[in-house]
Amino acid sequence: MNNTQFNRTRRRKRKYRLPETLLISAVVIWFSCLILVPFFGIIKEIISKNWKQTIASLTTSTVIHAFTLTVFICIIVAIINTIFGIIMAQVLTRQKFKGKLILESLLDLPFAISPVVIGFMLIILFGPHGWLGKFFTHLNIKITYALPGMIIATLFVTLPFVSKEIIPVLRQLGTEQEDAARVLGANNWQIFWKITLPTIKWGLGYGLTLTIARSIGEFGAVLVVSGNILNKTQSATLHIHDQFTDLNYLGAFSASLVLIFISVLVIHIIQFIYKEKEG
Amino acid sequence: MVSIRVHELCKRFGNFVAVDNISFQAKEGELVALLGPSGSGKSTILRIIAGLEKPDKGETHLLGKDVTDISSRKRQVGFVFQHYALFKHMTVEKNVAFGLEILKKDKFIIKQKVKDLINLVNLKGYENHFPSQLSGGQRQRVALARALAPEPKIMLLDEPFGSLDAKVRDNLANWIRNLHNKINVTSLFVTHDQNEAIKIADKIVAINRGKVEQIGTAKEVYEYPKSKFVASFIGNTNVIVGRYENNKIIIEKMGGELNIQATPPVRKGSIVLLVRPEDILLSPRKERKCPLQGDVREIYYQGSVYEIHIMVGNLQIKAYEEKNRFQDKKITKGQKIYIGFLKTKIFNAPEGSENIRQKLSQLGYLE
Repeated sequence: MNNTQFNRTRRRKRKYRLPETLLISAVVIWFSCLILVPFFGIIKEIISKNWKQTIASLTTSTVIHAFTLTVFICIIVAIINTIFGIIMAQVLTRQKFKGKLILESLLDLPFAISPVVIGFMLIILFGPHGWLGKFFTHLNIKITYALPGMIIATLFVTLPFVSKEIIPVLRQLGTEQEDAARVLGANNWQIFWKITLPTIKWGLGYGLTLTIARSIGEFGAVLVVSGNILNKTQSATLHIHDQFTDLNYLGAFSASLVLIFISVLVIHIIQFIYKEKEG
Repeated sequence: MVSIRVHELCKRFGNFVAVDNISFQAKEGELVALLGPSGSGKSTILRIIAGLEKPDKGETHLLGKDVTDISSRKRQVGFVFQHYALFKHMTVEKNVAFGLEILKKDKFIIKQKVKDLINLVNLKGYENHFPSQLSGGQRQRVALARALAPEPKIMLLDEPFGSLDAKVRDNLANWIRNLHNKINVTSLFVTHDQNEAIKIADKIVAINRGKVEQIGTAKEVYEYPKSKFVASFIGNTNVIVGRYENNKIIIEKMGGELNIQATPPVRKGSIVLLVRPEDILLSPRKERKCPLQGDVREIYYQGSVYEIHIMVGNLQIKAYEEKNRFQDKKITKGQKIYIGFLKTKIFNAPEGSENIRQKLSQLGYLE
C-alpha cells in the first residue's frame, strides 16, 4: 500500500524534458482527433435534439427487435465460443497431430479477411444454390437470410478471440501442475475445474469480452448474410446503417449512442480484467 | 518385501532411446537414488513408475501389484516434481489439502491432517501464503507436504534439491533422510549429484544413457565401480590412456612404465586407467611404489584435504592429499614429485587414440 503511494507521489513530481513533452502531446492530439472528437460529436448531436423524440425513436418495435436480435446473437456466440475456444486451445497446446501448425496459423484468418468477403463466402456455401445450402434446404432449414446464417457469420469473425487469449496462458502453465493433480488422484474433469480453469479464467474473461464487443459491433459479414430484412434479420448495426441511408439521422444517432454506451461498458470490463490479469 | 519393482522398462521418444531395458527394485522402507547425468533417462523412469509416462515395453509393480496399465491417479504414490509444480492459485493450506479433498475425506480430518503436515515441514504461519510468496526451500517443503498428505506408501522425488542453493540443499537432504526414517515409506529419488546420493541413499542405481550401470550401496558403488561410467561419474577420477604389453602398462604421454599386474579380462592393447585422486601416492623421492616423475603445478586448499595438480609428461593428474600428510611432506608449488597409483581400475579401450577419445567423450568423461 505504502509502496504504491510512494510511487504515485514520485510520478507526480517527475519533470518532463522537452522531447518527452512533444512526444506526449503528439500522442494525445492524435488520439483526440481520431477518437475523442467524433465521440463527443455524436453526443453533442444527441443533446441538441429533443429528448422525447430520441426516446421515441429508440422504442419503436423495429429498434427493439434489432437490439434484441443483436443481444441474442451475442449470447449464443459467447456460449459457443467459450466452449469451443477452450477445447481448441487445449488441443492446440496439449495434443500433437499432423497439420497442427497449419491449423494454428489459420487461426488468424478471421482477423485477416474482410468481413464482407466472409459474408460472401457464407452465401456461396449456404445460399440456395450452394452445395451445403442445398442440403439444408432439403431439410427445410434456412441458413442464409436467417438467424442461423447471422450466428455462423458472427462465430466466424470472433472465432480466434478466446483461444488466442488462452493459448499463451496454457503454454505457460505447462503440464506439471496437471500432472501433480493427477498423481494426487484427480480425474480429468477435476483437473479442469480445479487447476486449468482457475489459471485461464482472466484470459478467458478477456477473450470473451473481446468476443462480445465484436459480435455486438459486427456489420459487414452480417449485412451480406442476413439480407437485412426489417423486423426479421436486422441487427442493431444494420438498423443504424438503414436509418443513416434513409437520412433519418436522429434514429441513427440515438441507436449509435446505445451501442457506444455498451462499448464503453465493455472497455471498462476489459480494463478491469486486464489489471487483474497483470496484477 | 519389495515395494517398487520395474522389469525391463523401455521407452523411446522418436529416435531417442530414453529408457533401455531397465530393471531394479526397492525394498520396503528403503531410500533409493537413481543417479546419472542429465539426459540419462532417470526422470523418465520416475514418470513411468508414477504412471505419467507409458512405457513402450516392460512392467511396473508397486507393493506387489502389477500397475503397468493402471492410471496414475489410482497408483497412490507421492510425487515431488523438480520444479515443485505447486498450484499457483492456491494457498499453502489448499495445496496440501488438495489430495485429501480429492479423496473426499471428512472436512474436520482434512483440517487436522493439513495442520499436522504444515507443522511437520516447519511452515507454521505460512498457511495462507501463496507459492509466489515463498522461497525455494519453502516451496520444496510445501511440495513434500502435499505429496505426503494422502499417506502414500511410496514417494517419488524428481531432483528434489535440484534448484536450491548449496546450503539449503544440504539441510534439506539431511532433513529428508530423517523424515524418511520417521515415516514408513519407500522413497525413490532422482539426482545427478553423486554426493547427495552417497550421503542419504541406502541404495544407488547408477544410470547412463538409459541403461543401469550398477546397483549397490553407496560404498559398493564408490569403491568397487563395475564400469568406466560409474568410476568416473561417482567421485572425481583421473582418466589415463595407455597400452598394456608384456605385463606392463606403458603410458607414453607420461613417459613411463608401471609394473601393474592387470587381471585377466584386460587384454593386450590400448587400455584406459581410472584412478581416484585420493588413490594417488605422492613421494618426494623415486620409489618402487612411485615411479613416475612430475611437477606440482597448482595446490588448492579444500579444508580437510589439499587438491594438487601434477603435470606428468603431457598429462595433468589430480591428487588429494590429507592435510597432515601434506604438511609432513612439505609439498610446494613448482617442485618435482614422484607419483604412483594405489588402486586403479583398468579397462580395454578401442585401438587408436582418436577412438579412445571419442569413446570416452561418449561416456561422458571428457569435456
